[in-house]
Amino acid sequence: MTIRSLDDLAKIREENKHKVGLRESGQGKEGAAEILVGMTTCGIATGAKETLEALTEEIKAQSLENVRVVPVGCIGYCFSEPTVQVNVSGEKPVFYSKVDEEKAKEIVQKHIMNKEILKDSVLETDYGKA
Amino acid sequence: MENVKSQENKQYRIALRNSGLIDPGDISDYIAFRGYEALGKVLTEMEPAEVAKMVKESGLRGRGGGGFPTGLKWEFTLKAPGDEKYLICNADEGDPGAFMDRSILEGDPHSLLEAMVIGGYATGANNGVIYIRAEYPLAIKRLQVAIDQAREMGFLGKDIFGSGFDFDLYLKLGAGAFVCGEETSLIQSVEGKRGEPTKKPPFPSESGYMGKPTTVNNVETFAAVPPIILNGPEWFQGIGTETSKGTKVFALAGDINNVGLVEVTMGTTLREIIFDIGGGIPGGAKFKAVQTGGPSGGVITELDLDTPIDYESLKNIGSMMGSGGMIVMDDSTCMVNIAKFFLEFTQDESCGKCTSCRVGTMRMYEILEKITNGEGTEQDLINLNDLARSVKDTALCGLGQTAPNPVLSTMNYYKHEYEDHVYNKKCTAGSCKALLSYSIDPEKCIGCTACLKVCPTNCIDGKAKEVHVIREDECIACNACFEACKFDAVIKP
Ligand SMILES: Cc1cc2nc3c(=O)[nH]c(=O)nc-3n(C[C@H](O)[C@H](O)[C@H](O)COP(=O)(O)O)c2cc1C
Ligand code: SF4
Ligand code: SF4
Ligand code: SF4
Repeated sequence: MTIRSLDDLAKIREENKHKVGLRESGQGKEGAAEILVGMTTCGIATGAKETLEALTEEIKAQSLENVRVVPVGCIGYCFSEPTVQVNVSGEKPVFYSKVDEEKAKEIVQKHIMNKEILKDSVLETDYGKA
Repeated sequence: MENVKSQENKQYRIALRNSGLIDPGDISDYIAFRGYEALGKVLTEMEPAEVAKMVKESGLRGRGGGGFPTGLKWEFTLKAPGDEKYLICNADEGDPGAFMDRSILEGDPHSLLEAMVIGGYATGANNGVIYIRAEYPLAIKRLQVAIDQAREMGFLGKDIFGSGFDFDLYLKLGAGAFVCGEETSLIQSVEGKRGEPTKKPPFPSESGYMGKPTTVNNVETFAAVPPIILNGPEWFQGIGTETSKGTKVFALAGDINNVGLVEVTMGTTLREIIFDIGGGIPGGAKFKAVQTGGPSGGVITELDLDTPIDYESLKNIGSMMGSGGMIVMDDSTCMVNIAKFFLEFTQDESCGKCTSCRVGTMRMYEILEKITNGEGTEQDLINLNDLARSVKDTALCGLGQTAPNPVLSTMNYYKHEYEDHVYNKKCTAGSCKALLSYSIDPEKCIGCTACLKVCPTNCIDGKAKEVHVIREDECIACNACFEACKFDAVIKP
């Protein structure tokens, strides 16, 4: 579709707006969840691709329908890559550090399926944004 | 979207606002986070001069190193005579250890594209070029995907937002030299010529690519533009210090716990960046210095850690903002060696066009090598200082003009270390191999003879069950005895 006006743009934005709420503050459609994986050069070098695959497979294995895995850029925390952000509707987004394939599975089984946060792997982030 | 900088947050992200939050390969993610809205607003509601003025009023300055006011640069190009104008994004990012731009390109490529179309409109350019480091394959791939998507949706091409404005751009892969990041050299390289700097004036805004008025801006500079349009210049004005507005991304590296990218408001102190955000120095070591501005900058000592950073304050303490490299050094770092490290880089990257830079950086490097080898003389120190000053004053481009900075700043703040190397043949940090001298602690040595047996130069004297002694002048600092001793009796300098 070609955008010809600000109204055209607003329409597309409206269709995708649910992503903003879920990712910024955890407000999204009931039952929706997303797992964001930092996939830049540095993340991939530390195994983010394998992490992403493990997440996707585990979600499939558990037949979870409303959970999406999204490749994103990096949040700059090189020292704790691969990093993963878990957004479950109704919860504050949670960041995890050094998520290997093992931990990826655990995140799906514990955090996504049981609402149990993997406390030892939580990455404290501290930034505001424009 | 929150527009207000919260006081509690240590970091505040403008350039990196979407990084880690959107799928760079999905334009609808970018649009969800208000992507291309600034462009729509600019093209449907504003005149080019108004856009340039707005950016000028925001106080945005170039993030590529120079800190030139962006809006002013845009006005120059807009006002320059001629109807064929160009806009170039400098994505060469050659400063060793820096990867701010890469992160934006890989994590949020549309923000650059959107800003470039805005920049094109504001400067009267219909064509853009992204000059990108060839060593960034993933960034290149993601940019190409983003360009294709933007074209498909009409954000690039003809009659954008139905406004009658046309703009398109292409990628040009960098030639792999540090000097190609310098804007005049970059323009030569885009033209297919050898990447050598040319004299300024004329500035690119008068005569740049193919002799036409050209604007060159850095990736991070562009990334700040859409939020400025959306939130207004006052919003941006309200962040930062008197002379430097907004935020700056730094790449924290070296002896620091939290290696990575940070984006902080101008005016944040180095201490906050290194100790609060960066988590301090690993292994309980002591902080010694931090280098900003990469090979063009200087070292900053403990004494200046509370300086609120901005373009001017960093210059005042003998360094510079640069593009955002920030290398932290602990007390095992030898400052002469650090100067040598940067000089090795610059002398290697000097394009060779002017003698003072080509030969001068080489001579400086040689003197530094002499000093770290323990062969330096008093005259070498004098020559080094003189050379540094004359290269600074006579080089044609920024590379040569700033190459002596690491030498000058370390000579200024750590003169005693240079003198120690020259007069006492000592490297107190213990990093210059040629100056290390090993010794044995008589209290700890039990006379097991292990060290004696491994010493390749046979410079250890001793008998079984007696304290051993190293003849220091013959010791070549190979470290073998240190590793052989099971009783911690060998003292490393
Ligand atoms: C040796 C040298 C290397 C440079 N490398 C870069 C670079 O990699 N990226 C960059 O944006 N600017 C670089 N610059 C600065 C550019 O010349 C120019 O000032 C800048 O791209 C302008 O954009 P800005 O005003 O948005 O910062 C370099 C300058 C010199 C002297
Ligand atoms: S100062 Fe150095 S890099 Fe710059 S033009 Fe002269 S020789 Fe080339
Ligand atoms: S450092 Fe090497 S050369 Fe020096 S005393 Fe020990 S073993 Fe011998
Ligand atoms: S190895 Fe250590 S303890 Fe043994 S003789 Fe040498 S210095 Fe003494």
